[in-house]
Amino acid sequence: MDLRYSESDQAFRAELRSFLERAVPEHGSPPFRHDWEARRAFDTGWQRKLFDAGYAGINWPKEYGGRGASLMEELVYYEEMAHANAPYVPINFVGTRHGGPTLIAEGTEAQKAAHLAPILRGDEVWCQGFSEPTAGSDLAALRTSAVRDGDHYVVNGQKIWTSFAHCADFCELLVRTDPDSKHRGISWIIMPMDLEGIEIRPLPTLLGESDFSEMFLEDVRIPVSNRVGEENDGWRVTNVTLRFERGTAWASDIILLQQMLGNLCNLAKRITRDGAAAWDDRALRREIGHLSAEVDAIWAMVKLQVSELAKTGVPGLGGSVIKLAFTELNQRIHELATRLLGRAGLSRDDVAGLPNEQIVDKYLNTLSLTIAAGSSQIQRNIISERMLGMPKEPR
Amino acid sequence: MEFCVSEDQAALRAGIAEFCEGRLPLSTLLELCQAPLDRALWSEIAELGVFSLRIPEAKGGLGLGMAEGVLVFAELGSRLVPGPLVWSSLVASLLPGVEAGTHVVTGLDRIRASSDPILVEHLDGSDILVVLEAGGVRTIATSDLKATPIETPLDPLTPLHLVDSLPTGEKIGDGVMSRKLRAEGALLTAALQLGIAEATLQHASEYALKREQFNRPIGSFQAIKHFLADMLTRREQASAAVYAAAATADGRGVDEPERAVAVAKLIAGEAAHKNARQCIQIYGGMGYVWEVVPHLYLKRELVLESVFGTMDECADLVAELLASRAAP
Repeated sequence: MDLRYSESDQAFRAELRSFLERAVPEHGSPPFRHDWEARRAFDTGWQRKLFDAGYAGINWPKEYGGRGASLMEELVYYEEMAHANAPYVPINFVGTRHGGPTLIAEGTEAQKAAHLAPILRGDEVWCQGFSEPTAGSDLAALRTSAVRDGDHYVVNGQKIWTSFAHCADFCELLVRTDPDSKHRGISWIIMPMDLEGIEIRPLPTLLGESDFSEMFLEDVRIPVSNRVGEENDGWRVTNVTLRFERGTAWASDIILLQQMLGNLCNLAKRITRDGAAAWDDRALRREIGHLSAEVDAIWAMVKLQVSELAKTGVPGLGGSVIKLAFTELNQRIHELATRLLGRAGLSRDDVAGLPNEQIVDKYLNTLSLTIAAGSSQIQRNIISERMLGMPKEPR
Repeated sequence: MEFCVSEDQAALRAGIAEFCEGRLPLSTLLELCQAPLDRALWSEIAELGVFSLRIPEAKGGLGLGMAEGVLVFAELGSRLVPGPLVWSSLVASLLPGVEAGTHVVTGLDRIRASSDPILVEHLDGSDILVVLEAGGVRTIATSDLKATPIETPLDPLTPLHLVDSLPTGEKIGDGVMSRKLRAEGALLTAALQLGIAEATLQHASEYALKREQFNRPIGSFQAIKHFLADMLTRREQASAAVYAAAATADGRGVDEPERAVAVAKLIAGEAAHKNARQCIQIYGGMGYVWEVVPHLYLKRELVLESVFGTMDECADLVAELLASRAAP
C-alpha cells in the first residue's frame, strides 16, 4: 500500500503545473453564461491550448495524437487541472471523452482521419443523441428510426437532453435499424449537425439555462458510411467507450469538492448567526468535518480503483460505486453550503457584499448528477446485481 | 503508486481467515459469551503473528507495517474474535511476553477528559492494564485493581469491569508516545470496524439470496438491492480510507497522518454501524433473535466506536485541520 507518486509522475506533474500556471491566467475568465458564441470560443480555445502544449486527449493513444499517458499520469493530470482551477470545458466533453474514444475503438480509417485530430484541436464540437422522451434509464428502448434508402439512412424521431446541440458540429446518434429486436436493433451513427431536417429546441433547465435541448429529426439523410460498427451492433459500440473509463472520471471534481469545503470554512467565519460567527457553531464544524472525511474516503477509493486497474489491466465495477457515492455526497455538501448562506442565497448573484459564489446555483446543478449518466437508482441496481449477484430486474 | 493489496498481503489475511474458520467458527461464538478469555486460543493467535507483526525482524518480529496490520485486524474484526487484540498489539514491542501471548494486555484511553465510568474490557483475562493519558503512558498490574464485574455487558463477548480508581502504576512512556499509541490504536480499531462492515454485508447478501417471500428471493426486490448497494459503497469507502491511513502511517502517504487516521476511524465506524443495522433489518425477525449473529456485530461496533476517538471527535478534528489548511 503506497500512495506516493513515482519520480517520473512527479516530473510530469511539475511540467504540467508550470504550463498551467502560465496558460490558465492567460485564458481569462469564462464568458457570460448565455453568450453561446463566446462560450464555444472559450471552451474550444482552451482545448486548442491543451493540444498545442501536448496535453489534449490525455488517455488517447499516441498514434491518434493523444498523450498516451499512464493511469497514474492521468490521475496527476486531473489533480493538477483541479488545483490550477483550469477552465472546465463541457463543450468538448462528448468529443474528447466519448465520441473520439468510440471512433478510436470502432471507427473506420476514414472516420478516424476525418474526426480525431479536429476533436483534439478543438475544431470539432460533438454532442450526444442517445436519450429519448420514452427511452431514459431504459435506453435500449429508443425508437428514432433509420431506414436505408440507397447509400443513406433516412432518420426520423426525437432526442432529448442533448447538451450543447446548438453549438455542436457532429452528433453521436443512436438509431433503431431493426424494429423487431431491442438491444440488437440499434446502430451508432455520426450525424453532421448542419443537415436538413434537424430542429433544435432549447429546453431551459431549472436554472433557466439552455445547456441542453430537444432535437427533432425529420427525414434527415445521413450517409451509410457514417455508421460506426456494423448495422444493429450499436449497443455494443456504445459500451466500448467504457473501456476508456479508467476510474478517473470524477477525479477533478472530487478535488474541487474538497477545496469547496475549505472555502466553506472561511465563509462560515465571515457569516454571523445569533451574534457569533457561524463557524463557532460546533454542530456546523462537525458536519463539515464529517463531509470532508467522506470526500477523502472517495478520493482514496479512486486511487484504489486506479491502482487495481494498473496492476490487473481489468477495469472493475467500482465506477458505479464512485459515481453513486460522489454525486450524492456532492449534493449533501452543496445543501449544507446553501443552508449556511441563509437569505443571502435567495439572490442568485452576489448581494450585500457577500460573495455567494453561486452556491445555490451549484446546489441546484448537482441535482442533475444523480439523474444523468445512469441515475443513482440504476447504479444501485447495477452494484447489487453485478457485484453482489442479486437476481436481475425484469428486462 | 501501488495502493492496492498485494498478493502476499492477501495471503496473510487468508491465513488468518482460515485459522478463524477452523478454530473459532461464528456458530460457536455464542458459547463463549461471558466466558473468561481462552488463554490457549490467545497463544495460538500470538503464534499467527498478530502481535509480532509490526515488530522489526531484528527484534524477533515479522517486520511488517500498518498495511499488513490493518488487513489482519480487518479479518479478526469480521470474525468477531474476542479479546483485547488492539491493546496487546499496541504494546507488544514495549512489554515482555505480550508478543508470544503469554501476557495479555488490556487498556484504557484517557487522553481526553470525560465523566465516563472507568470500564475496563477483558480485565479478568488480562495481566496488565495500560493507560494512555495526555501526560504519558503507564502500566498497572491488573491484580492491583479493585474492580467490580459488570453483570450484563452490552457485547456478550466483551466482558467489562468497573474500576473505582486507578493506582499510579509504572510510567513507561511520555505524552508523545501516548499520542502515538492512540493513533495506532485508532487505526487498528478502524480496521476491526472495516471487518464488521465487510462481514455484515456478506451475511446480509447471503441471506437476501436465500430467503424467499412472494415466491422469490428477497434480494430481487429493489428495496433490498438498494440497501445492499449502499452497504457495499460504505464498505468500499471504509477499506479505501483504512488502507490510505495505513499507507500514510507506514510513511508511504501524501497526506497528514493525523487526518488520515481520523478519516479512517470515522468512515469505518460509520460503515460498521450502518451496515450492522441494515444487516439486522434485512434479516427481518431473525435479525432480532439472540441466536442469530447480526446483533453481535452491532454490539461489538458500539464497543469499538467508544474507543480511540468517536465519530464526532474525529469529525471535529478533520474540520479543524481542514480549516487551518484553508485559512486565507
